[in-house]
Amino acid sequence: MTVLLNEETRVIVQGYTGKIGTFHAEEMMEYGTNLVGGVTPGKGGKEHLGKPVFNTVKEAVSEVGAEASIIFVPGAFAADSIMEAADAGIKYCVAITDGIPAQDMMMVKRYMYRYKKEDRMVLTGPNCAGTISPGKAMLGIMPGHIYMEGNVGVVGRSGTLGYEAASQMKALGIGITTSVGIGGDPINGSSHRDILEHFENDPDTKAVMMIGEIGGPQEAEAAEYFKNHMTKPLVAYIAGLTAPKGRRMGHAGAIVSGAGESAAEKVALLKEAGVVVAPNPSDLGITMEKVLKEL
Amino acid sequence: MEASAELLGKTLVTHQTGPQGKVVHRLYIEEGTAIKNELYVALVLDRVKQRINIIASTEGGMDIEEVAAKTPELIISTEIEPQVGLTDFQAREIAFKLGLEPNLIAQAVKTLQGAYRSFRELDATMVEINPLVITEDGHIRALDAKMGFDDNALFRRPQIQELRDKSQEDPRETAASDYGLSYVGLDGDIGCMINGAGLAMASLDMIKHKGGEPANFLDIGGGASPERVAHAFQLVLADAGVKAMLVNIFAGINRCDWIAEGIVQAFKQLEVKVPLVVRLSGTNVEQGQKIISESGLPIITAHTLEEAAEKAVEARNQAVGA
Repeated sequence: MTVLLNEETRVIVQGYTGKIGTFHAEEMMEYGTNLVGGVTPGKGGKEHLGKPVFNTVKEAVSEVGAEASIIFVPGAFAADSIMEAADAGIKYCVAITDGIPAQDMMMVKRYMYRYKKEDRMVLTGPNCAGTISPGKAMLGIMPGHIYMEGNVGVVGRSGTLGYEAASQMKALGIGITTSVGIGGDPINGSSHRDILEHFENDPDTKAVMMIGEIGGPQEAEAAEYFKNHMTKPLVAYIAGLTAPKGRRMGHAGAIVSGAGESAAEKVALLKEAGVVVAPNPSDLGITMEKVLKEL
Repeated sequence: MEASAELLGKTLVTHQTGPQGKVVHRLYIEEGTAIKNELYVALVLDRVKQRINIIASTEGGMDIEEVAAKTPELIISTEIEPQVGLTDFQAREIAFKLGLEPNLIAQAVKTLQGAYRSFRELDATMVEINPLVITEDGHIRALDAKMGFDDNALFRRPQIQELRDKSQEDPRETAASDYGLSYVGLDGDIGCMINGAGLAMASLDMIKHKGGEPANFLDIGGGASPERVAHAFQLVLADAGVKAMLVNIFAGINRCDWIAEGIVQAFKQLEVKVPLVVRLSGTNVEQGQKIISESGLPIITAHTLEEAAEKAVEARNQAVGA
C-alpha cells in the first residue's frame, strides 16, 4: 500500500495545456500515472496529449471520475484553482505552484473547513515538488528514476533535499512507499504532522523520514504527534543550522522569526520526543539504515 | 531643520539595519507630541493558526519579544476570523484590556480597524505600531510603524512596489532577485551555488560540519539556463572574500547537461581563479559529468554531498595556506 496516491488513482492536471502543465503531464504519464485528462477553462471539449480537456474540475470529476489533481496554474490564480478542486470533490490535490500570496492560502484553508473532515480534500503544497509512490504513480515534478519502491515514508518541505534523501537511501537499497512534499510556504495545505498520520496508518510503511527546515511551528507539532501517537520509528533532519536569524533562506517560510524556529531548537525538541535526528544531510540514508536494522 | 539636515545622508545603525547600517534618504516629520501613555499594537500572520493575529500590550516603546518572554500576561493576543475580519467587539475588548478611558474606546476601535485594513488590503505579513501613544490632549496616534509585505502578492499591490528603494537593499541581493535567483550574503569564504532552498541550506550546514564557513546562500531555482548559471557565478565571485566555490546541483526540472554547460561557459568568461568544486546529480547526470571532464578545465568534481563539502573546505584551506 501507499498513501494518498497509487497506480489506480485517476489524476487530472489543472493548467493542463500550458507549457509547464504539458511537460510534466507527459513525464507523469511516462512514469505510469493514471492521467485521465486535464482542465483549462475555455479549452473544454478538445483533446490534449490524447486525453480530454475540460472547462471545469466538476466536469472532469463527473465525466472521467477524476480523484486527484495537480495544479500548475500561476500564483495569482492558483488559490482559486485549489478551491475549485475542493468543491468539485477531488480527494487529493498537489499544488506545485510557487508564488501564491500567503493571505490567499489563508482563505483557501478557511474555505476548506466548509467540508466535513471525511469529505475534505487533502491538499499538499503549494511550492513543492509533489508526491510520488515509487513504481506506481507520480504526482509531481521530481526525477522519478531516483526513487526506489520500498517501506519508508518520506515527508519534506524541500524538493531537492528530498531527492538527496531518496538517492542516499536507494544507494543503500532502501525504498520508499510514498514521498510527499509539503512545500516551503508559510501556510501550506498539509503539515508534517498530517502526513505522519497517513504513514502511521499505512500498513506497508515501516519507518518514516521527515525533512524539515528553519521557520514555523510544524516540526515542533510533528515531534508532539510522534511522542503521543506514533508507533513507527521516525528519522528527521532539519536544514538551516547555519542560517542567520531574521533572514529568509529562499523559501518564503524559511525564516527564523521567533522562539523555537531555529534548527537547533527544533533538533532539541525532536530528540526530546524520541525522534532519531540525522546529524547532517549526508547521513540521511545511513541513519535510516540503522533504524531499519533495529526493527 | 537643523536636526533633519544632520540626519539626511547619514548612515543609521539600528536593530533593523544590521551592523553596516543604512543611509538615510527620506525622513518622516511629525509634530512634537505630549505623551501620556505608550502602547504596542501589531498584526502578524500566525503560522500555527493560519490566521491574522492582533497583538497588543500596555508596554509600548519596549522590545516586545522581551515583554513576551518575561511578562506574557502583559500581551493581549486576539485571533481574527479570516472570513469576518476584525470585529468591533474584538477591537473594543482589546481597547478595554489596554486600560483606555471610555471616551477613547471609539477612537481606539477605529485605529485598530485601520491597522487591520492596511494588513489585508496591502497584503502585509506584519504591521507593527510601536509606540501607539495616547496624547495629553486625548488623541490616539501612531508615532512609529513598520510593515512587512508578501513578495508573492506584489503583483497586485503596485502602490507597495513603488515604495521600493533599491538603495536600501544589499546590491548583490537586488541583482540576484533581478535574475530570478535567491541570494543571502553570509560571513564565510566558501561561495555556494545550489538548486533548491532546502538543499542549499543543507549544503551550507555540510560545509560548516566539515569545518568551513559559507560565504553565501544561493538558490538558482528550477529550469536554470546557462545564462542564469553564469549570472549566479558572477554574483558569488563578486564577493572578493570568496576563496573557494561549491556548486551542488540535484537536477529534477533542471538538467545536469545544461548546468554543466553553464558552468563551463561561466568559468571561461569570468576567468575563475578560485578552486571550484562541482557535484552534479539527478537528470542527465552522465552527460553533465562528461561535459565537465571534457572541458579540460581545472574543476574538482564530487559525487556525494559529503565529498563535495569536504573537497570545498580542503580547497579553501589550501588556497589560504591553512
